[in-house]
Amino acid sequence: MSQTTNILVVGIGGQGVMTASEILSEAAISQGYRVKKTEVAGMSQRGGVVSSHVRFGPTVLSPEIAPGEADILVGFEAAEAMRWSHYLRPKNGARGGVAMINRLRLAPPIVSLGLFDYPDDPVAAVRAQGIEVHDFDAGEIARELGDLRLVNTIMLGAISGNLPFSAETLKDCIVTRFAKKKPEMAELNAKAFDLGKAAGGA
Amino acid sequence: MCVLLKTLPRKSKEPTLSHKPFTPAPAGSRLLMSGNEAIARAVWDAGVRVAAAYPGTPSTEILENVARYPDLYSEWSVNEKVSLEVAVGASLAGGRSFCAMKHVGLNVAADALMTLTLTGVVGGLVIAVADDVGFSSSQNEQDSRFWGRFAHLPIVEPADSQEAYDMTRAAFDLSEKFNTPVILRLTTRVCHVKCLVDIGERVVKRAAESFVKNPSRWVMVPANAQKRVPEVFAREKALREESETTPLNRLEPGSDRRVGFVTSGPAYMHVRETFPDAPVLKLGLSHPAPMGKVKELAAQVDTLVVVEETEQLLEGEIRAAGIPARGKDILPAAGELPPYVLRRSLAALLPELAAGADEKAPKALPVFPRPPTMCVACPHLGVYYTLSQLRNVTIAGDIGCYTLGAGHPWNALDTTICMGASMGMALGLDKGRGVDDAKKSIVAVIGDSTFMHMGMQGLLDIAYNHGNVTVLLLDNRTVGMTGGQDNPASGRDIHGQPAPRIDFAQVVAALGIAPEHIRVVDPYVLPVLFKTLREEIKHEGPSVIITNRPCVLIDEYEKQPSFEVNEAACTGCGNCVEIGCPAIHVTRREKAIKPSGKEVELAFAAIETAACTGCKLCLQPCAPDAIRPATPTFPVTFS
Repeated sequence: MSQTTNILVVGIGGQGVMTASEILSEAAISQGYRVKKTEVAGMSQRGGVVSSHVRFGPTVLSPEIAPGEADILVGFEAAEAMRWSHYLRPKNGARGGVAMINRLRLAPPIVSLGLFDYPDDPVAAVRAQGIEVHDFDAGEIARELGDLRLVNTIMLGAISGNLPFSAETLKDCIVTRFAKKKPEMAELNAKAFDLGKAAGGA
Repeated sequence: MCVLLKTLPRKSKEPTLSHKPFTPAPAGSRLLMSGNEAIARAVWDAGVRVAAAYPGTPSTEILENVARYPDLYSEWSVNEKVSLEVAVGASLAGGRSFCAMKHVGLNVAADALMTLTLTGVVGGLVIAVADDVGFSSSQNEQDSRFWGRFAHLPIVEPADSQEAYDMTRAAFDLSEKFNTPVILRLTTRVCHVKCLVDIGERVVKRAAESFVKNPSRWVMVPANAQKRVPEVFAREKALREESETTPLNRLEPGSDRRVGFVTSGPAYMHVRETFPDAPVLKLGLSHPAPMGKVKELAAQVDTLVVVEETEQLLEGEIRAAGIPARGKDILPAAGELPPYVLRRSLAALLPELAAGADEKAPKALPVFPRPPTMCVACPHLGVYYTLSQLRNVTIAGDIGCYTLGAGHPWNALDTTICMGASMGMALGLDKGRGVDDAKKSIVAVIGDSTFMHMGMQGLLDIAYNHGNVTVLLLDNRTVGMTGGQDNPASGRDIHGQPAPRIDFAQVVAALGIAPEHIRVVDPYVLPVLFKTLREEIKHEGPSVIITNRPCVLIDEYEKQPSFEVNEAACTGCGNCVEIGCPAIHVTRREKAIKPSGKEVELAFAAIETAACTGCKLCLQPCAPDAIRPATPTFPVTFS
């Protein structure tokens, strides 16, 4: 088993994918890991696909996660999780990769125009591949907390039980980050993290 | 269908990155940095006096970050050629200088580059060129390492952020030691990869305190230039020797000697990860290549394989030096070479890879494509909606967000080649038209930044040569596609400070367009836009229509109250969907029979009110007036 942990965070431009992977990287660094984080996001600001690769371990060389090698897939949007699901490590006896999926469905204009169909049930399609899937509506939790931007922290909370370091480490990173920038947001993010953790553990 | 935020509107009045000064972390810090951030820090630590760039993915963040450091001059130049010329001037003035660009930018700057190689430098001069290997955001995938061969210049290639930091600093030393500009060749996987970087001490020094007149060096008339050629070849020879001894090039021993690798840039990381026990020659100063070291490696291994992104360059040079080598016969000649690609390709030489561990991985599931789209309320939406309604028109496009007009639902852009090409191509489409196109209208579409970059000369050509072309100059006051950098149309400099704002109507008039055919329109008022466009394409001669509303991603854009669709009133005409705004969704489709007996498909729409910023474009084509001010259903804070 490789000593490198591979986390693939996917979604759509503007959803906070890159912030999530940045926070994951910081948390891993705080635990003494070497980290590489990469994304191709040239046009992501225009509603395109964003995928961010985070790799950490004692040493990390190539920044890219290969198909079949991700330990965790964090899907900020259901169809995007489906698009990248083959990046997860197959089971092969041992525990395979884990998909954590926000049930949010965002249809791009080309679907609205009737040129393509949005899959009926992306989460079920991923599960049908034999992949361990956890899914929930992160948007609903964020809405209850009153700020849609919290989806990011909720998703990080959701995967916090699957990391090689404690959930508290990741939570501290998020809270510290906000405490520096916007103290009033620190407490709300801590709450979002806990609710995400509970939702993702199901 | 669930409708929710597609894109979070940017916080209004938030300064862009290059406007925000900060306190640099002290020397000795270990920071998580992208390659671009690391290069910016190295530029500062190397004591650079002047830094210039034109934005371009994946290089943009270099200058955005450089601009935040104190005690150096930085600027957004109007194009890459100017940025290089600014750097050349600063070098001649005696200080270190730097410019950054994307790969295609160096094509524009090449005129300066090809003679700069003859003059050499005074203060160290480094040109960062970022190749878009893998086509994430560019019109081609050219390999900038060719410039080193073409212009007889050294090429330095970092593999990650730490090397980007170290090698940028080394490149300045190399520049001064060998009296040469140095090309720092980057790829997306250096620019946009973050890892920890150890920061060194800042050292500020100048090669000279004054510009020294010396026409034989700085005035490149034929007699002077000719005399510089032997100097260039002598320099190249000296650099070749340097390449054999510099720590930038290192031979890493390995126990598995079946295959030895020669590689550079991020490909090194992929090779090292995939073949941990193989001997590797890692090139930091990749041109001129150290053939002595290559021979040394070749003697140790059964087969030498050159792993280079992207073209077959080193491989050919190695073989020309009489050293047998493999490379592009087994590796792809385009795109990135990550570990899974290397494993697949090297299976030809290493039988254990042929077993194909990749085969067991789950297959990719089919999902609709999600191409980039224009933003909610983008001022270009109305322009493309209008263009899509016109028949018998050829539309020459350009490089920028508005290139997206080639996509759905507009399909209203027929050509794209390079920055500024819409002007000349439109003129050529006019002058070269065949009999079938006699009645066709020729339209060119170009943005403010692209117009200032390379479009103005083309428009002058249209005016001077009586072109029958209607130019749409979409002035959104920013470099939109790269994230909203300032330019002369924004009226702000790189630091966000006031700067003279270009007056496009005056510029266009000065280039020779008749005042009555210079029209300034609001792109959110569709009837006026349509009428103006119809009038100007009828005019037998050049005209310019300038749109005057800001990009929705910049401070000047002011959000308005949002709208919603009154479901009871929506007749499913689908007109609003044709605007192409990503906040408009089709909720259901129905087949219906018109009174004429013709079957039509109705598309009932909804507006994502949380994303809508009230531009009112969709209200205008809505047949039943079914779009009304929205009532928020839950509180959304974007404080």
